[in-house]
Amino acid sequence: MARFAMVIDTRQCVGCMDCVVACKTENGVPEGFNRDWIVQDVNGVFPTLHMEIRSERCNHCDNPPCVYCCPTGASHVHDLGGVVLVYREKCIGCKACLAACPYDARFIHPDGYADKCTFCIHRVEKGLDPSCVAVCPTYCMYFGDLDDPLSEVSQLLTSRQYHVLLPETGTKPQIYYLLPRW
Amino acid sequence: MNPITRRRFLKITGTSLGAAAAAKTLSVLPGTANALEKAAAPSGVQVVPTFCDMCFWKCGALAYVRDGKLWKVEGNPEDPLSRGRLCPRGTGGVGAHYDPDRLTSPLLRRSSRGREEWVSVTWDEALDYIAERLQAIKAKYGPEAVALFSHGIGGNFLKHMMRAYGSPNIAAPSFAQCRGPRDVGFRLTFGEDVGSPERTDIANARCLVLIGSHLGENMHNTQVQEFSEALAAGASLIVVDPRLSVAAGKAKWYLPVKPGADIALLLAWMNVLVSENLYDREYVAAYGFGFERFAAEIEPFTPEWAYPETGIPPEVIRETAREMGRYRPATLVHPGRHATWYGDDAQRSRAIALLNALLGSWGRKGGFYYPQSMDVPAYPYPPYPKPEKGKVDNSGHKYPFADETITTGIREATISGKPYPVKGWLVYATNLIHALPNEAETIRALQELDLLAVVDVIPSEIAGWADVVLPESVYLERYDDLNVEWFRQPFIALRQPVVSAPHNQKPNWWIARKLADKLGLGEYFPWNSIEEYLQYRLDKAGYSLDELKQKGMILGPKRPIYFDEGVPAEFATPSGKIEFYSLQLAERGFDPVPKYTRPAEPPPGYFRLLYGRAPVHSFSRTQSNRLLMDMLPENDVWLNADVAARWGLKSGDYVRMKNQDGVLSNRIRVKATQRIRPDCVYMVHGFGHTAKGMSFARDKGASDAQLLTRYQTDPLMGGTGMNVNFVTFELEG
Repeated sequence: MARFAMVIDTRQCVGCMDCVVACKTENGVPEGFNRDWIVQDVNGVFPTLHMEIRSERCNHCDNPPCVYCCPTGASHVHDLGGVVLVYREKCIGCKACLAACPYDARFIHPDGYADKCTFCIHRVEKGLDPSCVAVCPTYCMYFGDLDDPLSEVSQLLTSRQYHVLLPETGTKPQIYYLLPRW
Repeated sequence: MNPITRRRFLKITGTSLGAAAAAKTLSVLPGTANALEKAAAPSGVQVVPTFCDMCFWKCGALAYVRDGKLWKVEGNPEDPLSRGRLCPRGTGGVGAHYDPDRLTSPLLRRSSRGREEWVSVTWDEALDYIAERLQAIKAKYGPEAVALFSHGIGGNFLKHMMRAYGSPNIAAPSFAQCRGPRDVGFRLTFGEDVGSPERTDIANARCLVLIGSHLGENMHNTQVQEFSEALAAGASLIVVDPRLSVAAGKAKWYLPVKPGADIALLLAWMNVLVSENLYDREYVAAYGFGFERFAAEIEPFTPEWAYPETGIPPEVIRETAREMGRYRPATLVHPGRHATWYGDDAQRSRAIALLNALLGSWGRKGGFYYPQSMDVPAYPYPPYPKPEKGKVDNSGHKYPFADETITTGIREATISGKPYPVKGWLVYATNLIHALPNEAETIRALQELDLLAVVDVIPSEIAGWADVVLPESVYLERYDDLNVEWFRQPFIALRQPVVSAPHNQKPNWWIARKLADKLGLGEYFPWNSIEEYLQYRLDKAGYSLDELKQKGMILGPKRPIYFDEGVPAEFATPSGKIEFYSLQLAERGFDPVPKYTRPAEPPPGYFRLLYGRAPVHSFSRTQSNRLLMDMLPENDVWLNADVAARWGLKSGDYVRMKNQDGVLSNRIRVKATQRIRPDCVYMVHGFGHTAKGMSFARDKGASDAQLLTRYQTDPLMGGTGMNVNFVTFELEG
């Protein structure tokens, strides 16, 4: 089995949104919507500040509330890598998954179905990185298999400090944010 | 699809996987199949190499066409600039092709200037109109009475046409409104400037110092990639900025300098390096000129002296100077790019150059390398007519070190008619209303013209004032001149059409050639097609156009780029050395060593207006690109959170800014943040469009350019320092 995950080095990320633009062209995401986005988290009082910049998206949770709440089975866990996907033809656009997702990662596509990040599974199945990872000019993103202890993502998570978003929700998110090293 | 079959296929053919692949439990290896995919693009998909034009960086790109339509643009992995990865604007270049607000047809003005009432005409009608007026101006005032404002490589053929017509007045805002002072400051010191792409060896720097340069927000692709690389390698980062920029947020040392006090800080740093003997003595002894006099000049400028000017405590100034000394010569004090701040900018840039000289970073790894280029001969045109009059922008060499044409000098001459009248402006790909400070002065100049013709892809504000507007095809639809680049590794790159122009747009080379024909200058365009021109140049250099069409670029041989690799340490200054003390400055009455002058303070209740870049926009050229506007549809005004609270403002509120001259901005959203000093405000340049044709961008955010009614002119080179305006707020009811 494989367990796909994304590891993002917040030390490198400049928040340029190339990941967002690339996702939009790669996946034809309609105007006014996006599957990934940038957060700039600022704490402190000028000039003693700490800032973390994150590229965020669906966390492809190991414990995905959007899948559990889906009344039609449209939201599901893909055979490969534990990726959370939506069968468009099964989706009735009821928005239960939008309400269930603590990360606000989903939206209703103008064609009526719930849409979100797919980890670019169509690329991954061809051996390519997801589009956001492949374009990033700072090389801050890594994609790979956590079931493989030798993969880059596994190695990074054993050698660096990291955090995930909203761990308290129990969703077991699979996007990991590396902390700066100084 | 059947993933198992596909995966087996990959496992067998993925040659770069090596032995490690066999041990993997996962048979799909993300990120390993790029080359494979490109070799076997999905059916119905063509991949066309070209180079980007979303900014001036000229990154190599691969454009994907699916079922005859432009799908996406990625970096060309062969390209040393993009290294296979574009910035968000490059990735969003797709939006330029599909932009519904694009100019579609040549337009002729049908009512008074600036009312933006047009009649669509044919190309012949539009070009006849321009040619007739150009001939009339030439007959009455001489060819020098026409000026060309041009930005980017796309302007090459129009520049050629202007020279053939006989005018020396060819300018770009990139000099007097941007990098000019920096280049002059470095030339005065090292005899050479830093060029574009800058010769900064960021990737190898062990200590990087950014002064107001907000890498990561300005997305000069290679610079940002190397910045990230240096951070990953553990480089020490020192950032000086009144605002906690993205880069400052990653710094080991963040110095929230008082706006305008940069020279004071630079002098104090140099004082510490010299007084504590931390500078590169051997380097300075071997290559320096006038060091003793320089050292004497900076002796009074201690960190204690600089403290009240900069707000940076003396111990921080000392510690950061020692940090720079520790890592020299791999300490890079970045020269920045948009350097027109306070009017003493060439001297500030010279101070940056001198600091680098003390650290011995020029010509050294991790500092400034010596870029290389390939020899591609120019096309052999007939000689240009020699203009009878000199350039109009800088009469009497008022600005003795201006070695490029000053846009605002042309504007001034157009208004005054001195030293001679200017009656025609051709404008290519630069929105002068946003690019030059003091919009009212630009509009006054336009009143004096017999002809204003604008070539652009979008209906910009300057196009709105034109008599004739010529719609250009976007870069993905056209050939341009070759990019023969100066870089670590030299290369030649080709821009070629990926898709057709959707309407009646034409490429600049076609426009220039056709206009030259109508002006009777056909002999200057002896080639019949751009491909013939490109082929000729490439043949002469020993390369083939077909190869370039397939690969997008041809790499040249790697040559030495540092002194210790064999680059001769020669300096094209009067002394032949690095000029710590500049006699040529002294001779013309300027400070031979930079001095600090305290800038004027904002009046009570006012804030200094600072502006900068967003990673998803280029100047005022991308605000009709729907993909990029989805990322950042309007700009904010950044205001210190405590100040905002005193004004009763919170993030998301709308205000208008009023400057010291009573000019009121469009409404703009407040960003109340701890990330900025309380004495200044900040906004991203390029928003607040007013042109009718910019239907999507119009009235979104505010224009900084509109508020820059004042500017401080650099006495060395005529640059317009624009951080000298102050604003207050008018609250929205």
